[in-house]
Amino acid sequence: MSNIQQLEDLTTQVRRDILRMVHKVNSGHPGGSLGCAEFFVCLYNEIMETKDGFDMDGIDEDLFFLSNGHISPVFYSVLARTGYFPVEELNTFRLIDSRLQGHPTTHEGLPGIRIASGSLGQGMSVAIGAAESKKLNNDNHLIYSLHGDGELQEGQNWEAIMYAAGNKIDNLISTIDLNGQQIDGSTDTVLPMGNIKAKFEAFGWTVVEIEDGNNIEAILEGMQNAKSLTGNGKPVCVLLKTVMGNGVDFMMHTHAWHGKAPNDEQLATGLVQNEETLGDY
Amino acid sequence: MKTYTNTGNKDTRSGFGAGLTELGQTNENVVALCADLTGSLKMDDFKANHPERFFQVGIAEANMIGMAAGMTIGGKIPFTGTFANFSTGRVYDQIRQSVAYSHKNVKICASHAGVTLGEDGATHQILEDIGLMKMLPGMTVINTCDYNQTKAATLAIAKHDGPVYLRFGRPKVPNFTPENGKFEIGKAVKLTDGNDVTIVATGHLVWEALEAAKVLNDNGISAEVINIHTIKPLDDKAILDSVSKTGCVVTAEEHNYLGGLGESVARVLAQHNPTPQEFVATKDTFGESGTPAQLMDKYGLNSSAIQEAAKKVLKRK
Repeated sequence: MSNIQQLEDLTTQVRRDILRMVHKVNSGHPGGSLGCAEFFVCLYNEIMETKDGFDMDGIDEDLFFLSNGHISPVFYSVLARTGYFPVEELNTFRLIDSRLQGHPTTHEGLPGIRIASGSLGQGMSVAIGAAESKKLNNDNHLIYSLHGDGELQEGQNWEAIMYAAGNKIDNLISTIDLNGQQIDGSTDTVLPMGNIKAKFEAFGWTVVEIEDGNNIEAILEGMQNAKSLTGNGKPVCVLLKTVMGNGVDFMMHTHAWHGKAPNDEQLATGLVQNEETLGDY
Repeated sequence: MKTYTNTGNKDTRSGFGAGLTELGQTNENVVALCADLTGSLKMDDFKANHPERFFQVGIAEANMIGMAAGMTIGGKIPFTGTFANFSTGRVYDQIRQSVAYSHKNVKICASHAGVTLGEDGATHQILEDIGLMKMLPGMTVINTCDYNQTKAATLAIAKHDGPVYLRFGRPKVPNFTPENGKFEIGKAVKLTDGNDVTIVATGHLVWEALEAAKVLNDNGISAEVINIHTIKPLDDKAILDSVSKTGCVVTAEEHNYLGGLGESVARVLAQHNPTPQEFVATKDTFGESGTPAQLMDKYGLNSSAIQEAAKKVLKRK
């Protein structure tokens, strides 16, 4: 069990990793990655029960599926810093012959990845399948998934949301990163989705809201609450309200950094705002 | 010339259903998912015998493919069932990313392929699915010819580690391959020996090829008929061995000539032994409503079309 300061320190280091990874190759998605740094740190250090090492089947451990695969930098950083692969490998992000592809994939055999994602809207179906598999195997561990809010515009999600409630997939916690931004602008201007909470509830899910999705204590409390609500015949949705670009002031509250890398000067500014805690890779 | 006996017309989809029933009894990891077409896919027995391993997903094929990919995590072997159109074109990106690229052990089982679906018409008669699926890296593509072979293929793909597309159909067609015959993925089956022309056929066209070979034989043309149940990986050697003897080939399939078996054969021949080839297939067109026999006749997918193609290709030797 880590204390809050340790989790904060890890989050700061993860932010540095994200900035340095996308800066080096002048590509990638820093905005959503930064917004979800606290969530990933909490998930992999405090919330999920995982075994040492990695095998694809993941029997007797909790599993996580990233549906919005473009936030691979935060996923890779947290996987590396929780021991799935060497931290130095973050240096290879998006380079030729790397296991750290632009979007996560099983194809290169990177430990920690169980499905390819990038083409949006597919992860919840996969998570539900894995949840059904857990039930068949009498494995009481949980399935976690993360989805962008803009991603909910993909229709497949609503097929999955309907199935999960209708079939009592109550070993599933699907988190929606509610940052209100997508590539072309705010979600409200691109394609308004209305009341997402009411929609999930209308489909039959239990909804937990985390008002400050960049606050570690709030995330821990909200996710523990979500865990306590599993096993009750309903899937659980966590609405995680985050700020895109969190922790780097000029990247916050805008969609501009969805898929854009910082230049040298911007990187330096971002790193000053996030001083090294655990050592750069 | 070796001849084959039709032991009674049966639908290939029932062969799939029988195979799935057997798998239910023999392999506890096999699970089945269906998008509101349980009866059409002949999955009723599996559902009745193993309700805990049967997943009704409703009219939501994209979710079905994603769920199947997820179910492999934990060791399950999912068989998805719906019509060929909804098994491929409708869910191509889901198959591409969640199944093929992720190399998941999902068996995509597709009935009602081709024009022999009949009266429902072109919306349901996919003639592009073989092409779509064979282009996906790592995907095995199988198109079976009769009830017995479809059952055997269903059993075989459960033992194969990796994604598979299994294509079969709706109409009752001659059942002539051996009951409980061996099914080797990627291995062509030579049905008749011949010296003048090779006929490489898949699916419902295999029986038509045998019928054509009989008539050709009566007319002094010796045809070697090869049953290609696995379009990918293709049995290059079987094709090359045969054409090295005959010097010309007819390919026959219930599919568009763009992207189908014929193109795969043409690629092998172009690389290794350029050979005159004629294509019995639909010619870049949609289907339409009609009886299966009417449609096979109108779109040139029967014994007489194969005979004509054989005569034509012989002149090009």
